[in-house]
Amino acid sequence: MTRIFTLENLGCANCAAKLERSLNKMKEVDSATVTFMTKRLVIEAQEEKMDAVVQEAGRIIKKLEPKVEVKPR
Amino acid sequence: MRKQWARIVFGVVLTAFAIGITSIDTGMNEWGRLGVFLIAYFAAGGDVLLEAISNVFRGKLLDENFLMAIATVGAFVVGEYTEGVAVMVFYQVGELFEHYAVERSRRSITELMDIRPDYANVLRDGEEQKVDPGTVEIGEQILIKPGEKVPLDGKVIQGCSFLDTRALTGESLPREAAPESLVLSGCVNTNGTLIVEVTKTFGESTVSKILDLVENASSKKAHAENFITKFARVYTPAVVGAALLLAVVPPLFLGISQGEVWMEWVYRALTFLVISCPCALVISVPLGFFGGIGGASRQGVLVKGSNYLEALAKTEIVVFDKTGTLTKGTFSVTEVHPEGMTEEALLELAAYAESYSSHPISRSLQKAYGKQLDPAKIRHVEEIPGHGVRAQLSHHFVLAGNDKLMAQEKLFCPAVETMGTVVYMAVDGKYAGYIIISDEIKDDAPKAVEDLRKSGVKNLTMLTGDGEYVANMVAKKLHMDRVYAELLPAEKVERMEELLTQKSPKGKLVFVGDGINDAPVLARADIGVAMGGLGSDAAIEAADIVIMTDEPSKLAAVMRISKKTLNIVRQNIVFAFVVKIATLALGAAGVANLWWAVFADVGVAVLAILNAIRVLRYKGD
Repeated sequence: MTRIFTLENLGCANCAAKLERSLNKMKEVDSATVTFMTKRLVIEAQEEKMDAVVQEAGRIIKKLEPKVEVKPR
Repeated sequence: MRKQWARIVFGVVLTAFAIGITSIDTGMNEWGRLGVFLIAYFAAGGDVLLEAISNVFRGKLLDENFLMAIATVGAFVVGEYTEGVAVMVFYQVGELFEHYAVERSRRSITELMDIRPDYANVLRDGEEQKVDPGTVEIGEQILIKPGEKVPLDGKVIQGCSFLDTRALTGESLPREAAPESLVLSGCVNTNGTLIVEVTKTFGESTVSKILDLVENASSKKAHAENFITKFARVYTPAVVGAALLLAVVPPLFLGISQGEVWMEWVYRALTFLVISCPCALVISVPLGFFGGIGGASRQGVLVKGSNYLEALAKTEIVVFDKTGTLTKGTFSVTEVHPEGMTEEALLELAAYAESYSSHPISRSLQKAYGKQLDPAKIRHVEEIPGHGVRAQLSHHFVLAGNDKLMAQEKLFCPAVETMGTVVYMAVDGKYAGYIIISDEIKDDAPKAVEDLRKSGVKNLTMLTGDGEYVANMVAKKLHMDRVYAELLPAEKVERMEELLTQKSPKGKLVFVGDGINDAPVLARADIGVAMGGLGSDAAIEAADIVIMTDEPSKLAAVMRISKKTLNIVRQNIVFAFVVKIATLALGAAGVANLWWAVFADVGVAVLAILNAIRVLRYKGD
């Protein structure tokens, strides 16, 4: 399944690329895309693991880009 | 945002003051000079410094705040106060500008897609209530006043009006809405009040589907985007590494004990640090594609990802479905050839004779006649299966049908070659001429074919389930390269497989269909394009690109937008590369100073952004 989030205050294009890379390194994530222009984060993972994945993703984002706010859509 | 402005203005003023006072008061000692410049520096770049420090603690060494902080602090250390402050000020100005540009193009896309209805006037218990469209259920009645958006898809029950579909299709001609006609959410009601019975929930309505599609476009990234982010990953560490070597290695050989030599090479290394920021490269590419997708949606074409926009430029083969794509898919009277009477009179008789049938042919006859029929004039109608009709009207005895009917009645009729259906007419036992009813080629189909050829498409092929004769006729009129007729859906896929082997390895095959019966073919093509996305959910889902209007010529327009986008993206990449590499070389040689370096970073980013924004305005013509 996929879940979509909006990343508020996503500052620069390279940061978006870095976030995307780090999120894709998570084992449980099938694919993660961060689109700088639409501030959109799309995470794909198995349904039963989704909640854990989202939590972990939130932690990673907080660590890399403390200013970014993750808002579910 | 305002805080940023204040910071920059304040920084610029203080910098000017510092430069001014140190050049007037030449007697000022070194500490005094350092003091005034440091004040200006902190005013301009305090936030960057703080960010950089907090990043160090989080183990993020190579981000741009850190690089800028090191470069400017380094400038102070080697005694270049003016440059240290100026680089910081320019960096801040560039960042702010970048922010503006990105926000603006984000906004122009959202404005474009400002079709989300905020409320619906639902009629409950005979009263009008303003509610969230998400809460309205199928079967409920809603009231749409002039100037309001249609909140949900539905069927008109009462009222007449014109609907502005521009936001959905880019089409400026308003669409008529009257009882029984279907209205789509996202259109704007212009003049009359309508009462509509809701046929789809908000989540399933056209407006939701389209918004969803647009907002999630570009999550499929183009090769160029992936390339540039991968490149940035290598680029920054490499340049920073080179900066370190540049600061340390040459002095070891040129004069390990001379302070001036160290200063000189550290300064050169600082130019490297400023240039090592990758953002200029990384931002200009997605911005370009985003602009291209935005420009296309302004034309009523939805592109589901930058990868498709990128691939479109390499199109070699375009395969069209016939009915509904190149032709209108509706039957209408295209020719009337009367014998011994006026066209009008022949059409009138034909319309009356066929008035009891609901066959598309009789409906198109009635439409062509255009006037209300008077049922009292019809005395007796007899349908002869496979032949036509025999009708006794108040004044005439009429036969309408094919050549077999004429032969049966021993009437002579001329053989007619046409891609349509011929209806022969006989009145009171005498041959009276014929009417041709056919599916028409869309008005812009010839232009579509011509434009696609101009854009470098080598092979235009048409696939159809229709008969050989009609298919050849259409193909010939449109100058198609090849045509395959009488295909079953499975055979269409086979033909597609065959065509896929005929393109060059990098070339792309585009299939354009109306989304009905051709989902497997849409999926098999490199790029599947669905026509007339309005109302056809299957098409929106199966296709990579959706042409909201029914015009095949829009494909050529999007192809031009695609080429323009790629061009601009390429220009940006090459420009940024060349300037950065040249400045690196000149910086290492000691020619380029920090001023050049800050241009190579911020200046290039700004120019690349300005260049990318051009696509948004490009109309594809």
